Amino acid sequence: MLEALKKFKFTRRSFSYPYIIFMLLFVVTPLVLILVNAFLVDDKLSVQNFANFFREQASLVVLGNSLLVGVVTTLLCILIGYPVAYILMKYKMNRFFVVLFILPMWVNFLIRTLATKAIFVALNIELGMGTVVFGMVYNYLPFMILPIHTTLTSIDKSYFEASQDLGANGVTTFLKTTLPLSLPGVLSGIIMVFIPTISTFAISQLLSDSTIFLFGDSIQTKFDQGMFGVGSVMSLVMLIMVLLTNLIMNRLPKSENAGRNIW
Amino acid sequence: MVKKVLAKAYIFLILALLYAPIVLIVVYSFSNSSTFSFSQGFNFDAYRSIFTSSKTPELLSAIKNTLIIAAVSAGASTLLGSIAAIGIFSLKKRSRSLVEGINQIPMINSEIVMAVSLMIFFVTLDFPEGYLRLILAHIAFCTPYVVLSVMPKLTTMDPNIYEAALDLGASPSKAMVKVLFPIMAPGVISGLLLSFTLSMDDFIITQINKGAATGINTLSTYIYADARLKGLSPFWFAIFTIIFVLVFVILLIVNVNASKRRVKKHENF
Repeated sequence: MLEALKKFKFTRRSFSYPYIIFMLLFVVTPLVLILVNAFLVDDKLSVQNFANFFREQASLVVLGNSLLVGVVTTLLCILIGYPVAYILMKYKMNRFFVVLFILPMWVNFLIRTLATKAIFVALNIELGMGTVVFGMVYNYLPFMILPIHTTLTSIDKSYFEASQDLGANGVTTFLKTTLPLSLPGVLSGIIMVFIPTISTFAISQLLSDSTIFLFGDSIQTKFDQGMFGVGSVMSLVMLIMVLLTNLIMNRLPKSENAGRNIW
Repeated sequence: MVKKVLAKAYIFLILALLYAPIVLIVVYSFSNSSTFSFSQGFNFDAYRSIFTSSKTPELLSAIKNTLIIAAVSAGASTLLGSIAAIGIFSLKKRSRSLVEGINQIPMINSEIVMAVSLMIFFVTLDFPEGYLRLILAHIAFCTPYVVLSVMPKLTTMDPNIYEAALDLGASPSKAMVKVLFPIMAPGVISGLLLSFTLSMDDFIITQINKGAATGINTLSTYIYADARLKGLSPFWFAIFTIIFVLVFVILLIVNVNASKRRVKKHENF
């Protein structure tokens, strides 16, 4: 031990050590603990937690609901957001409008969600699946618009001109040129909308009067009730979904800057 | 022409929807009602209640906690992250990409998993509940953003400048202070601002790690605790309006400054 300490030389590299130790301690170890807890029942190794999760109908309903809300929200965000990004690019609406779409993101999501809820209640709209999806789209739409807008504006305009010179009409140009070239932006948008939607906590509870629980809410509830085992299994499932989405998206062609300059 | 009008109308429609809840809250913050009606006429009672309500002491302590936690964890993250960036920059390729991979974890991981994993960690270690847990958790999710905002400054730096300082007789530590630090400075400042905002804005990680018994609330967890069951009282309409105005004014200033700087740059050329 002392030998090793004597051999230690202070170089510029050592500047990274405090951070590496900190990250191993507060980011990696906690994740390892989740893995350990998922396999622990009464301090013994067991797969009982997994059995409990996958056999219990309620938790599968939550998983199904989360995926459904996630897919519907992502699709709606693309359907509503793509035209917004396209129009902003096409008619060269200036930075001011782009900023207008980003501004609401800087207000805490709880405040925005509670405001939406107050309006639904005042309008006597029944809280349920519809209002949950509305709230999610309302919250995550800017995360779809921005990466698409970034990729669309970075496409060289001569591509569109070339397509038109070669005789394509507006629709064909869009389908054969604009759309394929903007796909990387759509993909970044999907990552930034889908994962937060299924894992967020509180939005669905608030907008459904606690009748619809999504994955994030149930993970929190499980830990609240001290059911660390099942909670850890659910966190693992969530982690796997995060990794899978990122893996799939990384395999697909991507552009350098899409979605990275949200801030 | 018709197409252009329709397209612009679409943009305004979506913007209107996006801003409707915010505008309605602002307008009805002057009605002292939570049912969106002006039955009591136009008044400032909701704003007065900020100072006189039974919630006032809790609100003030929540604001204080939010600012303390944000300031401490932003300061610590910036220090830790900026120093780390210098180190990571000089690591060998393989260990560097490994560290950069670990750096990515808090960013791609879903917040809820990060929150419960930290909770398990603290519970397993019997860590005392309270500020320390929250500050450590906030440092853990803020620092990667600091590293990412400082690193580009170092990677785009001309290495010759640093070597020139050494050739001119500066000691490595002096070269670091005189050459490296000024180059890093803009990244460090944006990292500091970013981590301060991230920490202030956080809800999920704070809510799960604050511990029920301590009674510590930040602004967001206090809003959640109070409004989840009871709904929004006029009190919150007034608070939200103040928050909206603050956020919008700050962002407008930042954006106007940014575009001014851009104009200046163009003039110089």
